[in-house]
Amino acid sequence: MLVEALVLSAILFVIGTFGVLLRKNAIIIFLCIELQLNAVNLSFVAFSRFLGIDGQLFVFFVMTVAAAEAAVGLAIIISVFRHYEAVNVNNFNLLKW
Amino acid sequence: MVDVLFFVFAAMAVGGAFGVVLQKNPVASLLFMVGTLGAIAGIFVLFEAHFLAAVQVIVYAGAIMVLFLFVIMLLNLGHDYRADIRSGIGAFLAFAVSGAFAGLLARQFRGAEENPLYQRFPGPEGMDALLAEQGIVGAIARPLYTDYVVAFELVAILLLVALVGAVALAKRRV
Repeated sequence: MLVEALVLSAILFVIGTFGVLLRKNAIIIFLCIELQLNAVNLSFVAFSRFLGIDGQLFVFFVMTVAAAEAAVGLAIIISVFRHYEAVNVNNFNLLKW
Repeated sequence: MVDVLFFVFAAMAVGGAFGVVLQKNPVASLLFMVGTLGAIAGIFVLFEAHFLAAVQVIVYAGAIMVLFLFVIMLLNLGHDYRADIRSGIGAFLAFAVSGAFAGLLARQFRGAEENPLYQRFPGPEGMDALLAEQGIVGAIARPLYTDYVVAFELVAILLLVALVGAVALAKRRV
């Protein structure tokens, strides 16, 4: 079952990458990043079934960091929305060369 | 039984993931994401990670997704159907990059079962013994408060910083 889980994890990660590149709505891009984090969590859990509990601790930390990242990211999206009245990433160009 | 359930959950997760990427309505996207997270929680249960499955449902599907939903509704994006899917060169680039990525990952899996490293891979017996002895919560809590205690405290500080940062960023200028 390990290989199947890793294949599923790879598929979800690729779909997440595809979503990040395809969409322009910043909130959907954030959701796709969460999808990628979950794909990685899935492979950690699959390995931890065979190699010991440490993988599950890593997943625990990844979830915490994901929560922190979502809070800060959504706050940034709200303040960008105040300025442009839209959450299109084409507006996020202040740090572009 | 476990294998059948695994494939059911896997199909749900992949279908939900495609829903997230391809739905135009952000609220529908988000609900597909909740479905995907639930399916992944089911797979966690199949891998005997019961604690993480509960955390996944309560924290991820419960708290983080509700935060996203709050923001979507606060910004009134729920009925914003302006196309936000890239077209032309952007879509081509998305297909090309993720296709190349998929190809690279698929190469890693070819012949995985014959790999000597996989042949020598330990079975689930060690984890079964640990879980029978300590239970899943004990097995996670013991290393979390001993070997990983520094990381645990750092994560606590990170959450505090994120909390203050989010409030400072999102509040109106006074």
